[in-house]
Amino acid sequence: MANKVIYAVYEDPELLKSAARKLVTAGVQVRDVFSPFPIHGIDPIIGLKRTRMGIVSFMFGIFGLSLALLGTWWMAIYDWPMNIGGKPNQFFYQNVAAFVPVLFEFTVLCAAHGMAITYLIRNKTLPGMPARNPDPRSTNDKFIIELRTADNHAHTAEGITGMLRETDVFEINERQFGA
Amino acid sequence: MHQEAAIRPPLILGHRTYGDITTDVTAPIENKASRTWYVLTTLAAIIALYGVACITYLISKGIGTWGLNKTINWAWDITNFVWWVGIGHAGTLISAVLLLFRQKWRMAVNRSAEAMTIFAVMMAAVFPMIHMGRIWLAYFVFPLPNQFGSLWVNFNSALLWDVFAISTYFSVSVVYWYIGLIPDFATLRDHVKLKWQKTMYSVLSFGWTGNAKAWQRFEEVSLVLAGLATPLVFSVHSVVSMDFATSLVPGWHSTIYPPYFVAGAIFSGFAMVQTLLGIMRKAFNLEAYVTRKHVEYMNIVIIVTGGIVAVAYATEFFMGWYSGVEYEYYTYMSVGAATGQYWWAFWALMLCNILIPATLWFKKVRTSFFWSWVISIFINVGMWFERFDIIVLCLHRDYMPSGWTMFYPSWVDVGTFVGTIGIFFTLYLLFARYFPVLALNELKSILKSSGESYKGDVLPKSQH
Repeated sequence: MANKVIYAVYEDPELLKSAARKLVTAGVQVRDVFSPFPIHGIDPIIGLKRTRMGIVSFMFGIFGLSLALLGTWWMAIYDWPMNIGGKPNQFFYQNVAAFVPVLFEFTVLCAAHGMAITYLIRNKTLPGMPARNPDPRSTNDKFIIELRTADNHAHTAEGITGMLRETDVFEINERQFGA
Repeated sequence: MHQEAAIRPPLILGHRTYGDITTDVTAPIENKASRTWYVLTTLAAIIALYGVACITYLISKGIGTWGLNKTINWAWDITNFVWWVGIGHAGTLISAVLLLFRQKWRMAVNRSAEAMTIFAVMMAAVFPMIHMGRIWLAYFVFPLPNQFGSLWVNFNSALLWDVFAISTYFSVSVVYWYIGLIPDFATLRDHVKLKWQKTMYSVLSFGWTGNAKAWQRFEEVSLVLAGLATPLVFSVHSVVSMDFATSLVPGWHSTIYPPYFVAGAIFSGFAMVQTLLGIMRKAFNLEAYVTRKHVEYMNIVIIVTGGIVAVAYATEFFMGWYSGVEYEYYTYMSVGAATGQYWWAFWALMLCNILIPATLWFKKVRTSFFWSWVISIFINVGMWFERFDIIVLCLHRDYMPSGWTMFYPSWVDVGTFVGTIGIFFTLYLLFARYFPVLALNELKSILKSSGESYKGDVLPKSQH
């Protein structure tokens, strides 16, 4: 049996969601969903785990704060302590209050950029990447479910399209896998 | 699906579909630019070039070409810097703070406000750079190893905090703006017909697919960036105010400065958003998306922040007088300022920042496109005068009467300031021509909850 990719196109995120729910209940595995904007509530239906981007940001923030603490201590207290306006840089604990703005800004800098870079890499969205959405209309006004026969050995392609036709589908496109 | 109360006014007017939003937003990009756009861009570019010429002259001759003197050693340079940074506060406030507060109306204005923020902060950065005099040593503001020891920067200095605050704010704002732009660039990529446009938006969209996982990450990243950018917005203008507040100059040395500067920054930022959007909604036919309600919401923010600013003025005036210190008699909020040689600058501030914005308390005024626009111009002028007053008026009566003087700007002062306005508008007009000026994919997500034809029971739910 040839591997097939089936794209079910919907006109509304709510219609897509109820169709996806119906398919998943019938034991069909949904490969992916393409949409012009986030469809709230689709993640648990098609079995997506929660993203860990927030944790990434937190780790980068901790890294930034540590680096800033180390940097301010080393530069201002250890390597070259200066006495400006009668305010000597003698001890870190006495001066750290004045370093708070820099510590805060550097923490935010690292947290934001670290997360943003991770996000771009994880999404494979980088300069020069080609477009990989199956249909140009999916960034405009169509909502698409992608199904593969290779994921669903219990169902035939005809069986899946039959189920799709029972939903409020706008159109169904089939392609040979890899085509 | 997100439900919204039927009595809440719609945010998208008329009967529109998802496809209509794409067409509306991409129309100015795909169609030929209007004659007005060419005229405005040419005009802005000429002013920008004059500004570049003035800056070049300034750098080659030195800052003696400005009108500074021994008493007033900071004037228009820092006035312009604080003015531009203040304007640069609205964008991230709209996109970050209003995202955390779940304000859906931000979606029609956030993109252009963020662009404005980025260009305004770029203009702000020009002034500290050129006022150093030796711009080629500007890298000394960063803690870099050097051949003097290494001699490091002073982490106790408010000026250094400013370097960190502004550079973090600028780079994070750019990233936030661009992450929101990627899906919209992808829409353009799949929508435009011309080959060069397709290539350009393919590169800019980074190969965005819009699959479920990507959108899940997108939402999380937007939320976390909003959470990071919110304290950042407040910290940046607090730090800018500390450039003054941590000094010992009467009038500057004031603990009220950080909250008062932040309110003033939001006040002026929203005024500039009103100025730009007032023009853009007409020029790009965005009347359906930037509605009377949007203008009213922004005017309410202006009333609140303008009110905070007015209370801060009154507090400054009273505390200066109540202290009984004679030096306070000449600060920017004092009887001396109101009746002295700079009376016009004092009263220009009162007029533009308190009296004229007070008319926004009337619903007729704050829901009028025309009057909102006119008032926004006055606020822009008033906020420039606020910084001018704080800087020049507090300095112009020195401790010794022999040092008392006035500030007269030279043509280079005027040229650098007007020039940055030219550069700002050139960048903004280019943005408006080639970038999606509305966050079109975000707008689509609220179409069926806040669109006019979906509210109430105008149309059955199954119809689009």
